[in-house]
Amino acid sequence: MSGQFPAENIGHGQPGHAPRPGEPAQPSAFAFDGESESLITGILAKYPEGKQASAVIPLLYVVQKQLGRETGSAWVPRVAMDVVAARLGMPPIRVYEVATFYLMFNTKPVGRYHLQVCTTTPCWLRGSDEVTRACREATGIRHWGETSEDGLFTMTEVECLGACANAPILQVNDDYYEDLDAGRTVELIQALRRGEPPAPGPTIDRFGSMPQGGRTTLLDVPDGEGPPPAHPATVEA
Amino acid sequence: MAKVTVDGITVEVPNGSTALQACEAAGKEIPRFCYHERLSIAGNCRMCLVEVEKAPKPVASCGFPIMDGMVIKTDTEVVRRARRAVMEFLLINHPLDCPICDQGGECDLQDQAYAYGGDHSRYAENKRAVKDKYLGPLVKTVMTRCIQCTRCVRFASEVAGVPELGATSRGENMEIGTYVEKALTSELSGNLIDICPVGALTSRPYAFTARPWELKKTDSIDATDATGTNIRVHARGPEVLRILPRTNDEVNEEWMADKGRFSIDGLKRKRLDRPWVRAHGRLHPATWQDAFVAIARAMQGVPGERIGAIVGDMCDAESMVALRDLMTALGSPNIDCRQDGAQYDLSRRDFYTFNSGIAGIEEADALLIVGADPRHDSPVINARIRKRWLAGAFPVGVIGAPASDLTYGYEVLGDQPSVLAGLIDGSLAFADALRGAKKPMIIVGQGALTRDDAAAVLAACWSLADAVGALSADWHGFNVLHQAASRVGALDLGLVPRAGARSVAGMMSGGVEVLWLLGADEFGAARIGPDTFVIYQGHHGDAGAARADVILPGATYVEKPGTYVNTEGRVQTAFQAVFPPGEAKEDWRILRAFSEVVGHTLPYDDLPAVRARLAEANPVFARQGLPRFGGGTGVAPAGDASALGSTPFGRAMGDYYLTNSISRASPTMQECSRTYSQPVLQAAE
Ligand code: SF4
Ligand code: FES
Ligand code: FES
Repeated sequence: MSGQFPAENIGHGQPGHAPRPGEPAQPSAFAFDGESESLITGILAKYPEGKQASAVIPLLYVVQKQLGRETGSAWVPRVAMDVVAARLGMPPIRVYEVATFYLMFNTKPVGRYHLQVCTTTPCWLRGSDEVTRACREATGIRHWGETSEDGLFTMTEVECLGACANAPILQVNDDYYEDLDAGRTVELIQALRRGEPPAPGPTIDRFGSMPQGGRTTLLDVPDGEGPPPAHPATVEA
Repeated sequence: MAKVTVDGITVEVPNGSTALQACEAAGKEIPRFCYHERLSIAGNCRMCLVEVEKAPKPVASCGFPIMDGMVIKTDTEVVRRARRAVMEFLLINHPLDCPICDQGGECDLQDQAYAYGGDHSRYAENKRAVKDKYLGPLVKTVMTRCIQCTRCVRFASEVAGVPELGATSRGENMEIGTYVEKALTSELSGNLIDICPVGALTSRPYAFTARPWELKKTDSIDATDATGTNIRVHARGPEVLRILPRTNDEVNEEWMADKGRFSIDGLKRKRLDRPWVRAHGRLHPATWQDAFVAIARAMQGVPGERIGAIVGDMCDAESMVALRDLMTALGSPNIDCRQDGAQYDLSRRDFYTFNSGIAGIEEADALLIVGADPRHDSPVINARIRKRWLAGAFPVGVIGAPASDLTYGYEVLGDQPSVLAGLIDGSLAFADALRGAKKPMIIVGQGALTRDDAAAVLAACWSLADAVGALSADWHGFNVLHQAASRVGALDLGLVPRAGARSVAGMMSGGVEVLWLLGADEFGAARIGPDTFVIYQGHHGDAGAARADVILPGATYVEKPGTYVNTEGRVQTAFQAVFPPGEAKEDWRILRAFSEVVGHTLPYDDLPAVRARLAEANPVFARQGLPRFGGGTGVAPAGDASALGSTPFGRAMGDYYLTNSISRASPTMQECSRTYSQPVLQAAE
């Protein structure tokens, strides 16, 4: 036997145990579906034999995506962490450590749209308080970490998303909505509620993090050779 | 070697040492929390900061490699301020609840705060609080006190080999625990209590019992398994309150198995504290004199060969030699120490001892385990095997699947004795691993020796050892792993019936008329014939006492000075920590007193005289410790290696937590059994 981690060590010994107060109900089983499996094959191939544990973060993402597909709530239940551990031949606790370390992994169920509001200084200076307030009003959520009554939205406070040039940022699931203000935030949420997520990116008149209204420098560089062309919206206008 | 100057003192330390080791070599004390010599280096507490010349800021000495000519300063204002600052940070989220903390008085945090900390706190904000975690019936947690040194995490995954503890979440929210709130599945979990530098992990059974300065400490030897773990018994008045391991790198390093540590509440329960004599089918309290007279009467007219004696698993050598002398005086050849019916070859000592030595495991480079379950037979030895395995290049083969994972990688070669034959003739692949090794090791457990073909298995293991070069002038790779603390001592005293005399089985069902049980409870007392007169000399009201006609209350291993020989053949002496309860007495004294009643007075009146008698009976007892020796003698055990049977190797131990009368009487061990053993047994059904 080469496995150092016998069956009784894998898993928590009490699958599907009654949740403690304030704890989510945990599903009692998890298995990767076909789509996940094909992703995993590709992921595992990137690591040399014997170093499969390196794939723990990508695999946890695969889990979270699959849960999102299956239940509309992208999170990582405990059994799934055990499944990842077994797949990668690592002790379950090492997976728990990773999954709880990174805020990007939701260890509790979240709404279909996970509203991650950046409140770090640049975003805050540019009005993240307003965005927060708008999110609260539009969803009825009162505190960070809560899920709205209709189960569609969960609000999380996050640190710098690395897109400060377009502050303030609201990350919805994997997409960044940028340059928000209160009004556009509410519009966005209403669109999400209708099930019509708008294209991610800046919500104002600019492309990427270019100046508003198009280029202000390098104007003599012909298109195609220099920076990308102006925002399509600007071109039309 | 590199030359390093610490506070003006120049020391030479091996290359690759850390600055902390260099400071220690120079006799400088460096405060620390996360660093532990037997664990990997984490460098996360920052308490060990020192100044290194040319380094721009203080460095964490525990993880800082030395260089030739390095100049370290441990006593500068910078260092003092750095330590004060680290201490202040550590205490920010520490509850400072020393008055209600069991670690108080032996707490690294407390001591180091006194020695190196500031005199007050500047922190006025709220402190964080952490929910306590469940780690099983032995380890109590108060996680708010945790300073996140991760010693426990490293111990669990490195030494105990049960990677179940971890640090979950991050930063301010980081918590130590199993995340899934389950009992740690380790037989070494008590050591977490010792390595936690603060009061986060403390002993559950010992909670709120005593302060360290109230306890009288006595050096002793653990008698709950055959490891010979060096222990220190902590007692207050007549009561043993806890047992901690003593460091002995040759034997247990600084670890100890849970059964030895936590059985002690069994010392107070179900005790035999006065003699009893059975009359009209019921046991009645009696005086020593009455009890002796009753035995003498029962023995009257009984010929020596109709008298028998069985020696239990926790006996000290002193009482065993006294029993042997008494039986000889009574003319009885029937004395047996093998409650489990194991077969040994006593013609040479190395046929029944762990000859590589426990420390020798670290020199071995291949291992074959036959009919043993080291994890349960001796958790401490198992940890040593794991330590060797972690060092790499250590193939381990197992014949007879162990009951649970051994905590290291191994290959199950089968469960049939025929596997041995396959290894001897080289037809199995693992034979090459053994043959290719410079110091191959074979461990033969009681599961291999308690079989009908045990003599053949023993001989086969020996000839395999010979064939793969495990027996050479400077290496002895043949090892017997025992389970009973008394066993090797008893074998050294020859407590095995000679040809024609009766063994344990022969004494059953009326084989003898008078049967003396010296602490023997595990041989199946129900098999004793109904007309046999049974004397039980021992400390607990267990199976033996229940069947007895006369009960002579004896002392447990902590209540008498005693000599124990561990599975290696190492002779070690235990001191008396407390007195036996009530009228109970040291066992050799009971035998000596009785011998007078039957007119065969044993020729010793005090402990030195008994020990002199021991040395006379077998010179090994005159010498403490263990001489190392090679195995290349050319002599082999008597068995016929070709007579191997076909019964698969089984388990020789029942429930790990309930193997002796003390642990069976212990509520803590009962709870461990419910927590750990029973779910496994149920799952197996
Ligand atoms: S529980 Fe103790 S040993 Fe474990 S991390 Fe906390 S302080 Fe260190
Ligand atoms: S501060 Fe919000 S993205 Fe950097
Ligand atoms: S002892 Fe060096 S950092 Fe903890």
